[in-house]
Amino acid sequence: MFDDFIVRAFAAGIGLALITGPLGCFIVWRRLSYFGDTIAHSALLGVVIAYALNFNLIIAVFVVSCVLALSLLFLQRRTNLPDDALLGLLAHSVLAIGLVLLGILSFIRIDLMGLLFGDILSVNFTDLLFVWIGGGIVLIVLILIWRPLFAGTVNLELAKAEGLNPDLANAIFTLLIASVIAISIKIVGILLITGLLIIPAAASRNLSSSPIQMAILSSIIGVASVVLGIQTSMIWNTPTGPTILTITLGVFIATMLPLKKLIISKNKIKS
Amino acid sequence: MRNNLIELKNCGVVRNQKWLVRGVSLKVSQGEIVTLIGPNGSGKSTTAKMCLNILKPDEGFNTIKNDIRISYVPQKISIDWSLPLRVIDFINLVIKHKNSEISDALNMTGIKHLIYEDVRNLSGGEFQRLLMARAIAKEPHFLVLDEPVQGVDYPGEIALYKTIQEFVKNINCGILLISHNLHVVMSQTDYVICLNGHVCCAGTPKTVIKDQEYIKLFGDSIDPALAFYEHNHDHEHLPDGSIDESKRV
Repeated sequence: MFDDFIVRAFAAGIGLALITGPLGCFIVWRRLSYFGDTIAHSALLGVVIAYALNFNLIIAVFVVSCVLALSLLFLQRRTNLPDDALLGLLAHSVLAIGLVLLGILSFIRIDLMGLLFGDILSVNFTDLLFVWIGGGIVLIVLILIWRPLFAGTVNLELAKAEGLNPDLANAIFTLLIASVIAISIKIVGILLITGLLIIPAAASRNLSSSPIQMAILSSIIGVASVVLGIQTSMIWNTPTGPTILTITLGVFIATMLPLKKLIISKNKIKS
Repeated sequence: MRNNLIELKNCGVVRNQKWLVRGVSLKVSQGEIVTLIGPNGSGKSTTAKMCLNILKPDEGFNTIKNDIRISYVPQKISIDWSLPLRVIDFINLVIKHKNSEISDALNMTGIKHLIYEDVRNLSGGEFQRLLMARAIAKEPHFLVLDEPVQGVDYPGEIALYKTIQEFVKNINCGILLISHNLHVVMSQTDYVICLNGHVCCAGTPKTVIKDQEYIKLFGDSIDPALAFYEHNHDHEHLPDGSIDESKRV
């Protein structure tokens, strides 16, 4: 059944949206949206290294992302610079190194558009395994570290004082983001992954009243957008990744409509 | 011998070449209430954080007994707007509790009706009660309360102090209580430590003063839960908090 590229596209997109939902919530809660962007920028370096050494693309991007994430943790402890300055420093210097390396290794030809925006319709069976097995592991690890990670997100000192280990959970979480970005690179590309992490979570925030509800709803919104996005892109012959994101934006705008207030005020009038 | 839950031995924390607090020794045992008092910036919260191992002392040693449940009511928490967090979610933050435990704790602190309310809609006083309810629900061995009644109205303040007392009796936990108020500390306090960058003085507080002058001053509303701690200064402080040795009595 995975012989059909459309089926593979659906399977890859849905798998990815399921992971980016809860992960994206943490990115929103912890104000890390620029962090996702920074890791995504470093992906170019990973791609160049993968081509130069003839290595698996997803693994190379994952390794580079991890190194970047760990350098950030290191810089946070060693300097007094604010996080956004450090992220800017890392994002653009790593992007520059990637481009320089690409210039030196002139035999490499990279489909830049494909890297930036991904091509969900060209996903092969190996990519699919990465999405579902890798994504499954990411989801399981996230569930395992949920409590210390969430408690540390609400209040770091309180979590530490009461015997959790939020610092370890944060470090693991960083690696999870790196893995998801590596997994997603062929599907939505480096420019759109941050959007897929943040927009469904943001839309879900407008409708949720508890953290778990927000995480689950965020996955549902992501999956629905992927399904609608792929179909729309086939009908109108538009690029698939950007179409998916446009749909998530549509969902976000829809969640801003005062539907909830209308329902509540009607109930109030009744009672 | 009573059981020491935590102990600080001659502890100090230095930040930017300045000692926030130095030379603090204290211990809290089971069923005991130790109160830290002192003005703003005297190192009360810093001392509490050393007791909780949030801060590692730069000098001296802090020991915390293994495998004890700890509850912490911090001085200030700000919840990010992006977090949808209800009262019940906040209580389950560190440990998942049974529903009965949650409603008991909320009952004790008088905010049972707010169980499904978003935390950001709570008033300052209600939030303070929530922090307390969460700490109680854990049935801790060691409880740290950093100014637990700030923002709570006066009758509520007394009620909350009473809750603390009942609670200690029931579950026999050790408490470290912080108050910036020099005069009003709990009568049940076993030991009071006055801080101002260092330990100024320490000892057991006198029991409630039923003096007529005292009642005149504070009115009849004063509750036996609150007591007067006599604070005998044997020294004076320079503006930076260090002791003026020339004026030492």
